[in-house]
Amino acid sequence: MSSPQAAPRTGAPSGRRPVPPGLLFALPFLVLFAVFMLWPLGQGLWMSLTDTSLSAHSPGFVGVDNFTEALGDAAMWSSLGHTVWFTLISTVPLVLVALVLALLVHTGLPGQWVWRLAFFAPYLLPVGVVSLLWIWLYQPDLGLYNHLLHILGLEQVAWLSDESVAMWAIALTTLWWTVGFNFLLLLAALQSIPDHLYEAAAIDGAGAWRRLWSITLPQLARIGAVITVLQILASLKVFDQVYLMTKGGPNGSTRPVVEYIYDVGFTGYRLGYASAISYIFFALVLIASAVQYAALRRREK
Amino acid sequence: MTSTDLPLRTAPSRQSEVVVRELRPRQPGRRSRTNLTLGDSALARVLALAALVVMTVIWLLPMAWALLTAFKSETDASDPAHWFWPRHGFTFHGFSSVWQRGDLPLWMLNSLLVSAAVTVITVLVSAMAGYAFSRTRFTGRRALFALTVAAVLVPPQLMIVPWFRQMLTLHLVDTYAAVILPQTVAPVMVFILKKHFDSLPHELQEAARIDGAGHWRIFWSVLLPLSRPMLAAVSIFVFIGAWNNFLWPFVSTSDPALMTLPVGITSVKDAYGIQYAQTMASAVLAAVPLVVVFMFFQRHIVKSVATTGLGGQ
Repeated sequence: MSSPQAAPRTGAPSGRRPVPPGLLFALPFLVLFAVFMLWPLGQGLWMSLTDTSLSAHSPGFVGVDNFTEALGDAAMWSSLGHTVWFTLISTVPLVLVALVLALLVHTGLPGQWVWRLAFFAPYLLPVGVVSLLWIWLYQPDLGLYNHLLHILGLEQVAWLSDESVAMWAIALTTLWWTVGFNFLLLLAALQSIPDHLYEAAAIDGAGAWRRLWSITLPQLARIGAVITVLQILASLKVFDQVYLMTKGGPNGSTRPVVEYIYDVGFTGYRLGYASAISYIFFALVLIASAVQYAALRRREK
Repeated sequence: MTSTDLPLRTAPSRQSEVVVRELRPRQPGRRSRTNLTLGDSALARVLALAALVVMTVIWLLPMAWALLTAFKSETDASDPAHWFWPRHGFTFHGFSSVWQRGDLPLWMLNSLLVSAAVTVITVLVSAMAGYAFSRTRFTGRRALFALTVAAVLVPPQLMIVPWFRQMLTLHLVDTYAAVILPQTVAPVMVFILKKHFDSLPHELQEAARIDGAGHWRIFWSVLLPLSRPMLAAVSIFVFIGAWNNFLWPFVSTSDPALMTLPVGITSVKDAYGIQYAQTMASAVLAAVPLVVVFMFFQRHIVKSVATTGLGGQ
């Protein structure tokens, strides 16, 4: 037992029971995990039961008051609604457009490098850059898109200041920014479909459309489902681009729940209440995950 | 998410079967006559190419527009009558004034520092934990791993309020440590690396053990060198995530000297007023590092996303 080199992996049968080496290996992670995950999770839960504030007064226990207040808080419900709405209108195009792009690139047409760069490069831009860029593109009098609409003889759009348009505009930005990620995942999945399936189908006389419907798409079903799940979870967490492009406006019409948490906690100083809403948001994420998990499982059976 | 508890020791993960194969353009090769997805029709090829070109133009247009604006003078950038081609020609003025203000290089340096630190700590710590969960036995191992997997579901957005409270307690607000440390807890990376170690052959470990190697030697000199592609994939993924992370750096820093690129560049948005040329010049400068890196390491980055992007599904 003198050197750790000799320690058998099942733990020493000696009387002194040294720390098992496996635990030592896991220790750095476990410490970080405990300090920056478990502690804050616990503290968040505790704060949600208090009236903790960023200002100086000492917090008092308020029981479930924060939660009952949240359930009757119209602003929270509308922000949750915006989050769900954004998730819907962003997930559908983010999966479908990614699929179309991946299918097109997968045809092996020349210029692979250019296509991949064009579709994936936006994903590498920091959200600050993306937001500045699209605010400028959407600028009503000088922006590119209104000029293009003008050339096409169409009416100009108040992209970010019209309540009925702003969320769509943000979803469009998000599509441009992040579709490359799903695109690459789908491209990888496409390239792992074995050639012999196509060759067999070609011998059987199946045309290109037929091969797409009967081979390509079914082969993509599993990974497509996983990508959809991950996309929904990612979209539910939306905050950055909304905050930077509209600050939740106009008139609060794009404010997602994460921004509401931020506003309540850091602008309104109510950390306790913000924690309660955080946990309500967490519940939403968990429910979404559970539903999707069940759906995936059923598919696989 | 497909399976929470994975006692499998030798079976390679399903993900690696599906995705790890390197992304490559389909070789025209010997059977160049028949395209497996498009068929032989020339019309189909032309249509597909046209569709690709249209999509590419749509996707590149915003960046082209940003570049065009960045090289205009302020007066030209805000002249609706000449919205496309500048009346007074092109100029570097936007770039030089942004660079001279000096905060942009500082934020880039901060971003580099923070992202590098996050990447090194995350990858090392997660690889060690992955090794422990995959290749060692100790009491509580399964329970701890299950806890780690469950934590994958916790969204970081949920954590900002308690993290901030914690940083107040630890007197770390407005320090690099506050920006870096919470980002280094990556249960999903532990999960991915654990599955990766599961897929490596056990004989290697046994052989090394017979030669008298301890766990550290096995980990550091046998398994890690074998895991280079996986470690590269995970590192690139973590780095991009940290480089682009906005919410936590935004909440945890108010001192402009500590701001990372995504936070800093937007903090001066209002200060620019309507100086669109300067705004776009700063956006272009801020975009350059990762895009250039991508051009050089496209293969690796593409592979990294493909292997890590599904989070070990």
